[in-house]
Amino acid sequence: MLRAVFSRSLPRVKVVSACHYSAAAIPAPSTQPEIHFNKVDVDKAVKAARDAFRLGSPWRRMDASQRGLLLSRLADAIERDSAYLAELETLDNGKPYAVSYTVDLPTVVKCLRYYAGWADKWEGKTIPIDGDYFCYTRHEPIGVCGQIIPWNFPLLMQAWKLGPALATGNTVVMKVAEQTPLTALYVANLIKEVGFPDGVVNILPGMGPSAGAAIAGHMDVDKVAFTGSTEVGHLIQQASGNSNLKKVTLELGGKSPNIILSDAKMEEAVEQAHFALFFNQGQCCCAGSRTYVQADIYDEFLERSAERAKKRVVGNPFDLKTEQGPQVDEEQFNKILGYISSGKKEGAKLMCGGSAAADKGYFIQPTVFGNVQDNMTIAREEIFGPVMQILKFKTLEEVVERANDSKYGLAAAVFTKDIDKANYIANALRAGTVWINCYDVFGAQAPFGGYKASGNGRELGEYGLDNYTEVKTVTMKVPQKNS
Amino acid sequence: MTSSEIHMPGEVKSDPAALMASLQLMPTPVPNPEIKYTKIFINNEWQDSVSGKVFPAFNPATGEQICDVQEADKADVDKAVQAARLAFSLGSVWRRMDASERGRLLSKLADLVERDSIYLATIESLNSGKPFLPTLFVDLQGTIKTLRYFAGYADKIHGTSIPMDGEYLTFTRYEPIGVCGQIIPWNFPLLMTAWKLGPALACGNTVILKPAEQTPLTCLYMAALVKEAGFPPGVVNILPGFGPTAGAAIASHMGIDKVAFTGSTEVGKLIQEAAGKTNLKRVTLELGGKNPNIIFADADMDLAVEQAHQGVFFNAGQCCTAGSRVFVEEPIYEEFVLRSVERAKRRTVGSPFDPTAEQGPQISREQQNRVLEFIQSGISEGAKLECGGKALGVKGFFIEPTVFSNVRDDMRIAREEIFGPVQQIMKFKTMEEVIERANNTDYGLAAAVFTSDINKAMTVSTAMQAGTVWINCFNALSTQCPFGGYKMSGNGRELGESGLREYSEVKTITMKMVAKNS
Repeated sequence: MLRAVFSRSLPRVKVVSACHYSAAAIPAPSTQPEIHFNKVDVDKAVKAARDAFRLGSPWRRMDASQRGLLLSRLADAIERDSAYLAELETLDNGKPYAVSYTVDLPTVVKCLRYYAGWADKWEGKTIPIDGDYFCYTRHEPIGVCGQIIPWNFPLLMQAWKLGPALATGNTVVMKVAEQTPLTALYVANLIKEVGFPDGVVNILPGMGPSAGAAIAGHMDVDKVAFTGSTEVGHLIQQASGNSNLKKVTLELGGKSPNIILSDAKMEEAVEQAHFALFFNQGQCCCAGSRTYVQADIYDEFLERSAERAKKRVVGNPFDLKTEQGPQVDEEQFNKILGYISSGKKEGAKLMCGGSAAADKGYFIQPTVFGNVQDNMTIAREEIFGPVMQILKFKTLEEVVERANDSKYGLAAAVFTKDIDKANYIANALRAGTVWINCYDVFGAQAPFGGYKASGNGRELGEYGLDNYTEVKTVTMKVPQKNS
Repeated sequence: MTSSEIHMPGEVKSDPAALMASLQLMPTPVPNPEIKYTKIFINNEWQDSVSGKVFPAFNPATGEQICDVQEADKADVDKAVQAARLAFSLGSVWRRMDASERGRLLSKLADLVERDSIYLATIESLNSGKPFLPTLFVDLQGTIKTLRYFAGYADKIHGTSIPMDGEYLTFTRYEPIGVCGQIIPWNFPLLMTAWKLGPALACGNTVILKPAEQTPLTCLYMAALVKEAGFPPGVVNILPGFGPTAGAAIASHMGIDKVAFTGSTEVGKLIQEAAGKTNLKRVTLELGGKNPNIIFADADMDLAVEQAHQGVFFNAGQCCTAGSRVFVEEPIYEEFVLRSVERAKRRTVGSPFDPTAEQGPQISREQQNRVLEFIQSGISEGAKLECGGKALGVKGFFIEPTVFSNVRDDMRIAREEIFGPVQQIMKFKTMEEVIERANNTDYGLAAAVFTSDINKAMTVSTAMQAGTVWINCFNALSTQCPFGGYKMSGNGRELGESGLREYSEVKTITMKMVAKNS
């Protein structure tokens, strides 16, 4: 039972032509009550998903390798339609088309293909237990999984969620972000096209406080996976405690430290640090938003970073020369400007940028602050915008302590040529991913997730399967055990 | 495609009209198929043999020659090793390729095999004598699924990071071994190609594969698909030729890092010797079997009879897993023999392209004679010939489905691998007795037990010295499950995650750390 909302929103999409694009062309969700799903719809979806999961259903009886084949076909279908999907993604989210098409879409396809491969390889064990018993584990699906995804990488977040959940045999009720529902809904159609049985995947566009809360608090949803802000992450975990103790995994915010040592290759470090912060309009959970630069190279680094930021091309996302599009909506736009204002007020040195970049749409100038202190708001809170903080440090021990002094722990990086320093820092940082001499390097094969308030559980890689598995131990009496 | 003239013993015991009605819906073989590829495949190029020699490929249903194929010998193996070694060199396209991309290529290869599956099944039937529809539905599907399975593993081969004692950062890398020689048999040519290429390429090795001299054609067509899929030159090299020449050259080559052989135990020993005499290349072997199928009195009789029948007669008895010793518990022995004989008499033997034929010819005159000789030994050693026992027809290499009862454990037909459509049925009294008799063999490939009692099932299956044990089924194989032999049925496992282990070298890297913390 898939939502047919897509056909209702499509006419609106066709009207907007690329050359007249601005983020304002897509009306804010609050003015579109007819695509607003709530608890009643969630109940319908959960019922469909539960039915698709019953013992003896086509989905439960299907060979694991066949589940993998369906995921593979979905990847093929997305690849086939990737030019269209990239366009829709850019229209809805504002990210440059060149990036949607060359980064987001291929990564989505690879993620689904990766998990397609796991479906029939996720093996339990047979176990040499004491006594005359034959003991083994089964890796079973959890059941009906609620999945709530954000607006910063709509298609990619959908793939990160569907891949492991479907490979392991669960059924899904997914709520997509109200800011960016369109591409996920198109994929829903592809899911039907490639042949997933009815009820296995259900996709609901809607708002957090209504549809999202309904999922998190639902008595018949066995697990919820949420990617979004730490603030809402708290609510999800509470909702689970208040309802049926459903399993919870969270991918939340970050204030990731990017540590540049004095022996780093300057040009490369500057460019990578720039990319680490400004990619996706600064709207990354793992954005390198505290750039710690060793004292000897601090002045030069600051200047070069400002230079680079001034050169960053902001404009129409459908223009292939554009590096940075608009922020996703007015709320984010205002929030970021508010942070910039606090930076100025609290005494950070504004090197460049600092205000809106245009009168229409939600464009913000690439902004760089120098002389940032650890206790400033812009150094502690997640901005989620194109605002770079550069801080000075002297010693390794000091920077490790300062980097770890955060409620977050999603990612981190260190730039250095020295093998011992690299190992020391990589080991010491309390972060789920540490990059050495690179940033934002992801692979479907490599687990990703947060320490502390950046979340719990890991997505991607083999580890990603754990979150979607119930382990059943079966112990059978035998007449006489032999090794 | 003309079917051969077969003299059938008695009438065909099935309703032809009903059969024909349902068979209208079945896929049909390609008529007059063209044999496109008959040369040696090295570096993604088709090459003549260095010596200029060719050898014939035959149709075992008629005994007629299909075509000539270029014959590889040591000089060609040398060329192939050079190509494979170059393709494996540090910095090469293949070594630099993302693991996921290796998987992508294997996936594409699977898609191409699927695209051409009717053609491939036609050629496989033509060259090996296997009936067309089972070839399409079993061999081709198995081939495609195996390639897809290993395509999915390519980027999931994990080393570990290790909490070693001392101030060290330690981790393992699973690296490809290097140039792998692979020698495959004639009983499942395409499927064996997939079983070998899948794990080897998923792990990043380069390959020199010699198909059996009896059945080179489908393997050579696969080579063309390997090129079409986009594998870099030198990664896969296919050399048709003979065991004592090309096969021996591979087994003893100083430039080959590993050899994988599937075939007879007799040749398996030669391969192991050759490796020991030369560069100690890694050796994995999948050899013969004399597999026990144990039927208890509380088994589902219909199921047991049919499964025991298919278990020994499938592929004209030419399976390493053939259930060629059927142990039946005394209380049901007489009835079991009666029903098995009746089933064997009903088994239809005919042209591989006759959709009503369950059984085609043996692969060659040599094999046919060998099987007939075993049958003679059974008769002369005192087993009771219940049905069959003779060659069938004038053209081709057909044999009647044959059943022996009252077989004693010391008879040749009870000890040696026949590799033909000959079923041995023996009687047993107790579970302990049958376990001992079943294990009393140098082989150890597979075994089966039929019973409704959970305790008997667990006890017998645990006690079998066999790499695969089936409970209430037979020949249930799938690409996810490791397969291989105890004792002289071989060493190493193919398929499943275990299949990858044999194609990786583990490297431990230990790096001095300053101040290790947990």
